[in-house]
Amino acid sequence: MSSETKQILTTDGIPLEVSLKKAEKKNKIKAFLLVAPLLLFLVITYIFPIGDMFMRSVDDKMITNMLPKTFKAMEKWENLEELPPEEVYRSFYEDYKLLAENQQHGKLGQRLNKEKNGFNTITKKLFRQIKRKKIDESVSIKEQINKLHKRWRNVEYWLAIKRTAPPYTMAKYLKGMDMYFAADGSITQVEEDRRIHRILWLRTLEIAFFVTLFSFFMGYPIAHLLATLPMKYSNLLMICVLLPFWTSLLVRTASWMILLQQQGLVNDFFVMIGLVGDDNRPEMMYNKVGTYVAMTQILLPFMVLPLYSVMKTISPSLMRAGKSLGGTPFVAFWKVYFPLTIPGIGAGCLLVFILAIGYYITPALVGGASGTLISNQIAFHMKTTLDWSFASAMGLMLLTGVLVIYWIYNKLVGVDNIKLG
Amino acid sequence: MSKNPEFVKFDKVDKSYDGKVLVVKDLQLDIAEGEFITMLGPSGSGKTTCLMMLAGFETPTHGEILLDGNIISNIPPHKRGIGMVFQNYALFPHMTVYENLAFPLRVRKVEKDEIDKKVDKALSMVSLNGFETRMPAQLSGGQQQRVAVARALVFDPAVVLMDEPLGALDKNLRESMQYEIKHIHESIGVTVVYVTHDQSEALTMSNRIAVFNDGKVQQLSDPAELYEKPVNSFVAEFIGENNTFNGEVVDIDKDKCKVKLANSEILANPISVKSKGEKTTVSLRPERALINPSEKMDNMFTGKIEEVIYHGDHTRVRLNLLGSSEFILKVPNSTSNLELKVSQDINIGWNSIDARALDPK
Repeated sequence: MSSETKQILTTDGIPLEVSLKKAEKKNKIKAFLLVAPLLLFLVITYIFPIGDMFMRSVDDKMITNMLPKTFKAMEKWENLEELPPEEVYRSFYEDYKLLAENQQHGKLGQRLNKEKNGFNTITKKLFRQIKRKKIDESVSIKEQINKLHKRWRNVEYWLAIKRTAPPYTMAKYLKGMDMYFAADGSITQVEEDRRIHRILWLRTLEIAFFVTLFSFFMGYPIAHLLATLPMKYSNLLMICVLLPFWTSLLVRTASWMILLQQQGLVNDFFVMIGLVGDDNRPEMMYNKVGTYVAMTQILLPFMVLPLYSVMKTISPSLMRAGKSLGGTPFVAFWKVYFPLTIPGIGAGCLLVFILAIGYYITPALVGGASGTLISNQIAFHMKTTLDWSFASAMGLMLLTGVLVIYWIYNKLVGVDNIKLG
Repeated sequence: MSKNPEFVKFDKVDKSYDGKVLVVKDLQLDIAEGEFITMLGPSGSGKTTCLMMLAGFETPTHGEILLDGNIISNIPPHKRGIGMVFQNYALFPHMTVYENLAFPLRVRKVEKDEIDKKVDKALSMVSLNGFETRMPAQLSGGQQQRVAVARALVFDPAVVLMDEPLGALDKNLRESMQYEIKHIHESIGVTVVYVTHDQSEALTMSNRIAVFNDGKVQQLSDPAELYEKPVNSFVAEFIGENNTFNGEVVDIDKDKCKVKLANSEILANPISVKSKGEKTTVSLRPERALINPSEKMDNMFTGKIEEVIYHGDHTRVRLNLLGSSEFILKVPNSTSNLELKVSQDINIGWNSIDARALDPK
């Protein structure tokens, strides 16, 4: 028999291979068109905003565009221990003059003042001189500016300007970790009593961790019950689990406020059964306790549902087999049942942890000062200080944190071991 | 070594799940040591419930179960030391074959060397050496089945229960596994209680078969007797194929009775009929009726062929005989085959001793 295979032709005389490829291509285009709207939606609502957020968080172009000549001249400034050469002074003067004409000089002053305190005063001084046309462009600008204020004679200030030259900066990210670029450009920590962000990050991780833990210990038995009860009871229980889903998040949080406040129902009950004195009601709200209680309740379904879907698939005969082979009920549970629920545990914990780490409304309402999370800080910068680039930087740090957790999880348990339903 | 004839004993056991219906009624059953006993019956007949009570997953509502003379009703399943093979094998999917087999030994705190030895022995018993590191999902159905059997035997239990273990296998595999389980039983002499609804499985494997229906043991006897001498019409119907005639006893003596059908009379062997006028169902195995019998038989009739179905090794012929069009004949496929054609008339004969007059259906 010859090893050569004859080319198969369709009835039209086209090689079958070609004809098949053509048909498949058509199908591929069709399939792509079907998912295209979703893809577009994702790009517009997800990938694009994240990209924009990233650009905002590192963007420092404003000042780069304001002082183009200065930064160009500074490239030739070699001895950084000494004041820059005349050329830098002249370029700065020219840039500044242009800004003053366009009424943009104020922004520059504020921006430089953020870099180093005291800039606002000396730039305003320079502005007044320019306005009164007191600067003589035919002689050394360096000397004239240096005479205006002693700070102009301090090389630190010129170094501060130089530091703002790159159009991108990591300063916001450092600020999110309570660090900053010191005068010499090295990364330095802020003083100990001003390290607020690090506390918030740690608290966010801590609360997310414990909320996950509480949800797990409460959700596991519920899910087990759901999976083993006869249909008519399990449906009812399922509704109880899902009920929070059907209620507005705000309403649920508000009802926790009613329950947990010092004159609230839980405290009333404690007083009634004599657990605490009427004049000694514990604070259960506007602190971590409130955040723990409310967040655990709200996130519980996210733990129960993946666990339930995994437990539902575990045959009851496995536990029976474990017992008939001589395992005590505990051994049968621990060696047989529990390992089989790990995919559900992984999915539930990951889900709850990731949701908890970015939780906003509940801690904002019941958290008080000691129960707020990093998301509340982000919102604060979005709405109050209007420092969007800082908010973006912290948002991205949060996102990165979640991705890192996901990566660790993948290393430890394996993502293909997750079962959401 | 004398075998204990009452190694497992069900003593007047009742079981009810809802307090209204008894799924097992007054069960009295003795199982001898080393015996292979099969509980056979349609679904819902109570056979699996009996097995679950023996395994300890259900408790009897009334009565006692004894294992080697000890009452076990209050002993939890993990202390009974009874091996069990489950319907869908119930292999632990997250453990390798080795770990599955080692599980019962590890919980008994057997030493590592001893475990290795026993697992190896159990695996060689089901000819699965070299499969230790496989996961159950990497095994075929038949292999999983063998692992399940090995796991139930590896800790040397006194009794092994098997709950329809071959139900999920295809026909050929099922047959070869039947022989394999039978051989394992013969070689190690363990007591096996086997539950199935497949009568051919029960007939090929068992020492004795208990036919269950309606929560009761209808007949407990060895396979041959069960097939040849069913004691009532349920057993006759359930085991093997069966031609039945419903009628009334018109004459009876010691080993023969005359049964009046709608428009004829036949001679039969009185099993559960005692006197004239009783209603009865006469049961006759298809292979006991012969076409054109050469010798004299005391029942001779003529029937009309309605259908001929070729089965390879035999041919099934459906006849219209004595007013019933459901009379089945099995004709062996031999060279002296007759020409069998539809709507042909043929002579049929059988001996009255093979026609068993049982309780009315």
